[in-house]
Amino acid sequence: MQLSERHLEYWRKNLRITAILLAIWFVVTFVVIFFAPQLNEIVIMGFPFAFYMGAQGSLIIYVLIIWFYAHRMNQLDKEYGVHEGEE
Amino acid sequence: MTALTQSQFYQQLKKYYSFYTGGFIAFVIVLAILEQMGLEPKYIGYIFLAATIALYAGIGIMSKTADVSEYYVAGRRVPALFNGMATGADWMSAASFIGMAGTLYLTGYDGLAFIMGWTGGYVLVALFLAPYLRKFGQFTIPDFLGSRYGGNLPRTIGVVAAIICSFVYVVAQIYGVGIITARLTGLEFQIGVFVGLAGILVCSFLGGMRAVTWTQVAQYIILILAYMIPVVWLSINHTGNPIPQIAYGQVLQKVGEKEKEFNNPETTLGAAEASARAAHKAKADALEAKIAALDEAVAAGTGAAFYEAQRAEAGNPADFPANLDALKEQWKKGADGAKKAAGPVAAHAVAFSGKGAEAKLLKENPNATEAEIAAARAEDEKASNEKRRNFIALVLCLMVGTASLPHILMRYYTTPSVREARKSVFWSLFFIFLLYFTAPALAVLVKFDVYTNLVGSSFASLPAWVANWSAVDATLMKIVDVNMDGIVQLAEITIGGDLIVLATPEIAGLPYVISGMVAAGGLAAALSTADGLLLTIANALSHDVYYKMIDPHASTVRRLAISKGLLLVVALVAAYTASLKPGDILFLVGAAFSLAASAFFPALVLGVFWKRANYTGAVVGMLAGLGVCMYYMAMTYPFFGGVPANEWFAIKPIAAGVFGMPIGFLGVIVGSLLTRAPSTEIQQLVDHVRYPSLESDIETRAT
Repeated sequence: MQLSERHLEYWRKNLRITAILLAIWFVVTFVVIFFAPQLNEIVIMGFPFAFYMGAQGSLIIYVLIIWFYAHRMNQLDKEYGVHEGEE
Repeated sequence: MTALTQSQFYQQLKKYYSFYTGGFIAFVIVLAILEQMGLEPKYIGYIFLAATIALYAGIGIMSKTADVSEYYVAGRRVPALFNGMATGADWMSAASFIGMAGTLYLTGYDGLAFIMGWTGGYVLVALFLAPYLRKFGQFTIPDFLGSRYGGNLPRTIGVVAAIICSFVYVVAQIYGVGIITARLTGLEFQIGVFVGLAGILVCSFLGGMRAVTWTQVAQYIILILAYMIPVVWLSINHTGNPIPQIAYGQVLQKVGEKEKEFNNPETTLGAAEASARAAHKAKADALEAKIAALDEAVAAGTGAAFYEAQRAEAGNPADFPANLDALKEQWKKGADGAKKAAGPVAAHAVAFSGKGAEAKLLKENPNATEAEIAAARAEDEKASNEKRRNFIALVLCLMVGTASLPHILMRYYTTPSVREARKSVFWSLFFIFLLYFTAPALAVLVKFDVYTNLVGSSFASLPAWVANWSAVDATLMKIVDVNMDGIVQLAEITIGGDLIVLATPEIAGLPYVISGMVAAGGLAAALSTADGLLLTIANALSHDVYYKMIDPHASTVRRLAISKGLLLVVALVAAYTASLKPGDILFLVGAAFSLAASAFFPALVLGVFWKRANYTGAVVGMLAGLGVCMYYMAMTYPFFGGVPANEWFAIKPIAAGVFGMPIGFLGVIVGSLLTRAPSTEIQQLVDHVRYPSLESDIETRAT
């Protein structure tokens, strides 16, 4: 079947959401690791910042990224009429 | 149960598992009361082992099935929340449960690569794979490769790669099961392996994925309770705050202050440490002198006489090294160990610390010239950069590997819809996260306990847990008064990583029943992972090889019979391999991630996101990725006859995927562009996978 313009728009939006979330993932993982010695100079509630990110902070952000993706995409499915029927 | 709607089914499951959780807590309380009344610890161990395995067996038998879709994908009606728990148990192995906190204890910041790598990978699962695989909706990962790229070759490569990754992994799990069973009951390791194997088979044999799913949920509940209770208790003990993940910030600061004190010989603690370190240094020097003498004797051709003289001097003990090489090896190990103990304490939270060359130079030669200091600084910087590079490479491999391991991806076939699959990745990471963000807190709390309660205590009155564990296993806990002052110094304590989790209940002063529960939790972690892996291997063989390639007309009964038969065979082979206690098992597990990342990730992701990817590209990409990864390991890892000198950019072999992956991507792209675009049907399949629901949906669901 030929996909409609709306279908293609759905896919483009999906790609954009994916790219933005992937960029956040990249920053909280690799940028934080790369500058870990410098970031560790900042201490919050006893935690050196880079240590905190590696042990907890980045993990919390990963959970939020996935939550947001699921939420946003399930919404997008409905907006574009590509959602599945109730089972 | 089939008559229920999805939401009734969900409500019912919630009721069952709440009831089950309450029942388990009641069971632990009853055992605690029995312990107070004088039940021996040994019997508590037996009861835990028997009760939990009987429970898993019960669920396994209740879930038996003769339906293909139930057997391979649990009927595709596992709600997101429960699939999340099952994935959590499937994912967290004995290494996560028992080893993780220990690794963090021993390596501090550098160990966080595992914490980040094993959680961040789920972002990739969520964004690139789970929803699309669910829409595709067949049974295995090679299924996807086979349909997307056409022909049997991509499927076959997928099967081979899936088996390689899963098999080394499952051997490690069964090994863990053997160790825990042996510890819980006092049985021998080899017998423990086969008792554990029985526990694994009762979960998966009769009901396949369906039984594995429901036991994994039960196992998750046990393992998370077993992990949390001792840590919370320890946190209350040390900080008065029952949320260890928040409370350990202050503790971490105190740990840092202690570390500075240990490294400063002008303080009382530091002076005592310095004397213990000097004793280690003397031992290292003595051993190095002996090694030099040995080399000299060998060069002079009097090696045999030298060996005999040493043997006689040691008093001819039965465990004396068998030959000169073994003797040298033993001495070298001793010297290395002593040298390490003679060095300063590495600070827990510091990232990528250098070699300490500058500090050492200034200490030995306070009048060092500018040039000498600059050279030492450059050396430190080089070591630090290498550590950072390896950290980044390892995190990347673990993350992409997570998103490529077939036993995890397979779980997202079991949800009722694409929508539920997306939510289910969220729940998976949430449940994994609960344990992973607790492990760093546990490591710091135990470290603080060791620094304050153990260091400085007298050898005459060691804490009970130290005495117990050093008697049980010297590789876990060894404590020797090297400077003979009767007081414990940090440099005199050797701790094995696995001790941290196992001994936490005792360190926190909890009754034995909690130790039993922790062991049961470790067992649950190992069993659940082993189940998922065995099923992956057996399904790849029975579904992809037998049904799809050998006999596509096989009847349902025959397919299930073959599947179960293979499960049994694979389980026995894996258990046999584990009972041989192969060395380097931890390396092999790490290697599985690099291999999976190199072989699967490029072909899977490009299969969804790039319509142009075709058969040739997939074959070239997968073979090249897997090939480069294996070649690098063979060249650099001593177990395969490689040498570290062959490393590229000083990257350790465990992170070989960092080279395999880009080559894999390149292979798919170049291979595809050089040949014709895939057929219209295949391009339509890609569209089908991209949209949760299309009017023209083709039926790809397997039956």
